Parts: sequence; C-alpha cells; structure tokens
Amino acid sequence: MLLAIDWLLIIEKFILIVVVVLVALGIAMYSTWAERKVAAVMQDRRGPNRAGPFGLFQPLADGLKLFFKEEIIPNTSNKFLFVLGPMLAMMTAMLTSAVIPWGGKFEIAGRTIDLQIADVNIGILFVFGVVSLGVYGIMIGGWASNNKFSLMAALRAASQMISYELAMGISIIALMFITGSLRLSVIVEQQMNHTWNIIYQPIGFLVFFICALAECNRTPFDLAEAENELNFGYHQEYSSMKLGFYLFAEYINMFISGVIMSTLFFGGYDIPFINEAAYGNVWWITLLGVGALFTKAIIFVLIFMWIRWTIPRFRYDQLMNLGWKALLPLALVNMLITAAVVLWLNK
Amino acid sequence: MPTLTSRAKQVDRRPMSLAEKLYLPAIFKGMAITMIHVFKKKATINYPEQKRPFSPVFRGLHILNRDEEGRERCTACGLCAVACPAEAITMEGAERQPGEEHLYREEKYAAKYEINMLRCIFCGLCEEACPKDAIYLSETFAPSNFNRASFIYGKEELRIPHPKEDPEGYKKALGNRAKK
Repeated sequence: MLLAIDWLLIIEKFILIVVVVLVALGIAMYSTWAERKVAAVMQDRRGPNRAGPFGLFQPLADGLKLFFKEEIIPNTSNKFLFVLGPMLAMMTAMLTSAVIPWGGKFEIAGRTIDLQIADVNIGILFVFGVVSLGVYGIMIGGWASNNKFSLMAALRAASQMISYELAMGISIIALMFITGSLRLSVIVEQQMNHTWNIIYQPIGFLVFFICALAECNRTPFDLAEAENELNFGYHQEYSSMKLGFYLFAEYINMFISGVIMSTLFFGGYDIPFINEAAYGNVWWITLLGVGALFTKAIIFVLIFMWIRWTIPRFRYDQLMNLGWKALLPLALVNMLITAAVVLWLNK
Repeated sequence: MPTLTSRAKQVDRRPMSLAEKLYLPAIFKGMAITMIHVFKKKATINYPEQKRPFSPVFRGLHILNRDEEGRERCTACGLCAVACPAEAITMEGAERQPGEEHLYREEKYAAKYEINMLRCIFCGLCEEACPKDAIYLSETFAPSNFNRASFIYGKEELRIPHPKEDPEGYKKALGNRAKK
C-alpha cells in the first residue's frame, strides 16, 4: 500500500508551512521596525512615528520602497550567482523553521495535529547543517558581486562562521549528553517534565548565545557588514528587493536563533510555572504554549538589538582570539565536565 | 619622563585584568547604561505638532503691516531697500487714486514690493529703517521650495491678513514682534 497517501496530512503540513513562513516574514518585517525603535529609545530619540500609529506601517513603506528601487546587476558580476546569493540566504533562513516544534498538539475531529512541520530524529543536526549553509548565500553574493569590498566581507563572514560554529557545536554536544536525544520535540518534552536546560547548562548557553550572535552577523560580530571599513559589506552591489532579501534573511535568522535558543535552553513552548499535562490537549493551552515560545524568541531578538545598540564591533583579531582562544576551550571544558558528571550519575 | 605640557595625560598601558579580558562585566555595564537611557526624556520634539518656542528677538519671514482699519501702511519710501545690506528688497511706488482711501493709508503706496528670500539675511534692518511701522519680521520660517523664482515673495505673500475680514489670521500674523 505504498500509494495510500495521507492527503489530510499533506494538507495539514502545507497549511502549517504557509503559516510558519508568513509569521516568520511578518516578524522579520516588524523586527526592522523594532530595531529602529530600540535604537531610537536607547539614544534618547523617538524613532519612526509618522507612518501609522507609532510608525507601525513603516516596514510596509520600507518594503514598498525596496520594491520600487531600480534593480541593478553589475556588468562584471556573474549573473547567475549574483541572483542565487540572496535566494540562498533567504532559503536557508526559512529552512530551519521546518524542524522546530512550534507548540504542542491540536485535536480537530479526532485527528491529532502536531505543530511541527517535520519531527526529524536529528533535528538539531539539521538546524546546524542548514545554518552553516547560510554562509553560502553571503559568500556567493559577495564573490559574484566582483567587488573587492564585497569579497573581503564574504571572506570575513566565512571565516567567522567557521570559527564560531565549532564552539557552538561543542556547546550543543554538552547539552546532548543531558537530553540524550537530537530530536527537538523530545528535548522540549523533557524540559516540560523536568527543569529547563539553562539550569544544567548555563555556560553552554552563554557560549551558544555568543556564537548565535556571531552566526547572525550581529554586532559585536558584524564584521561582514562593517560600514566604516567595507562601505556596506557583502551586499554592497545589491539593490532593490535582492538587497531586501539579504536584510530580511538576517532578521529571520535572528528570530529563528531566538526560537532555537528558547527551544534548547528555555523549555520551548513550555509555559513557566504551569503544568500543561494536567490540562491535556486543550486547544487554548496549545495556543498559549505557542505564545510562550514566541514571547521567549522575541525577548531574545530584543536582547540581540539591545546588545547591538550598546557595544561596538570587535576588531578582527579580537574576534578570532575570542572564538578560538576563549569560546572553544570554554565549550570543551564545559563538555568534559558535563560528560564526567553524567557518567558519574549514571553509574 | 617629564611631560611636555601640563595637560598631558599618562595612558594606562597595563595589561588587561581578568575582569577586563572577560569583556562581560564591561558589556553588562554598558547595557545598563543603554537601558537607563530608554527611560530618559527624549530630546526630540514632534515638530509639526509641537513647536519649539521662539525667543522674543527671533527674526523670521517679513510681514507687510496694515493699520487697524486694514489699510496698507507702506508708502514705498524705499528706506528699507536702502537699509538692506543684502539688497533683497525691490519696490515700485504708485499714487493713490481717489476712492482708494480704504486700501492705502497715505497718498503714496507700493504697487510692487518684492523680497528675495534667498538673498535676505534676516538681519531686521528693514524693520528698523521703516518710519511707518509697515514692515516687520514675524515668527515664521521661510518654507522650502522647488525653484528659485518661488523664493521671491511679492505683496501677496507678504501682506498681513485683513484685520476686519480675518481677525484671527491678523492676530496670528501680528505675533509679539510688531509694534502695537
């Protein structure tokens, strides 16, 4: 019975994908607004407040502006790769959302609907794979632009990603010792029944958080878009919506990394101080769980912004020193200690 | 080492301490500072809705004054044009015809009166030179425009609203600077 396709499942997943993509895009849009607002209030200014109430239509105006800008593909650039770059950046940014458990289960007409697009048993590994693909969008875009500054930025982005992915991966290995599973839904369920992983892995979280900043190319690690050294960075030759895609991808990455951090360390869709299991699969408790996950993720995004508008950029040698001489050993020690403790407890 | 001037400051070149090498204490301190600024009073004012109060000696756009009955005060004597250091004012005089007494206060009036706002330096010497209190500088800005010709203001733009037909506008344009 290989041909017996569960059409309902396909429809259900399709709807879920559309919703997740739309929500991620919406959040990325309003992240641009929030970024400007956060920057403004931290500098004693007011920020966008003309388009709509509190400037809430500003992202729409910005998007419209980007669409109406002239689309320029430089003569000397490699056209195929030039177009591929932003596409890749956007695609990899969206792909990670596939394995994230966005909430508990719904029951509609006797059918249990999982709020996760794909419950892969190597969930976190998949996230890592896709995130490291993300650098190709930047590298290809920077290289295809045929511009020295773009190339420099792409080089920086690539080396930065490689350096910080190591420490990030090792901090996750320490977490895996505790959870014993790579499946994200299992990790969340464990945290719902016990305590959040941040209690067991504070150092692991710190390393992960710093590496997440670096992976998202956020200040203080935004060397790939250092305006005052590289003019604009890897997207210097880009215009119109292709530039918009790059900027959008950055904000989606930020949101997704916030979601992953909440999932791994802060209980995912677990509502703090409430035992969800006592209510069963009630639709409103599931929705509240989704809300809890989004709240946590958005708090992380706001912290990212807070950091951006507080501290200056690292110098390149400082960046490399921090990655290789501080974070990597710290993550390794953390991993070894965790391993020893887990072994000792299991004996 | 002796310092060359009394203002020279010794730079601290000691290697960073552990707390400084960790970066984190300094970062948290910085984040606390930015957080405090979130709750501070904003320096910006919402311009078109909210306006900054002008000082009493502020000199803005010119206004050609009328008297209480709405007659133009200017007699086209040309003293303002002579006083103007930027040579921004030009005018043409004309004689008042019988039946125009309700329009012009004296026998002679300015048929054409132009100020080039791009030349004007808003020094207020025209106001000081005028023997008839016919011109004074108000509390408004010259608005921006797309071409140079639109910056040459004629009588239409300069004249104060009629005190009887538009008393509100008259009062507003009069402001605090006109001699009453």
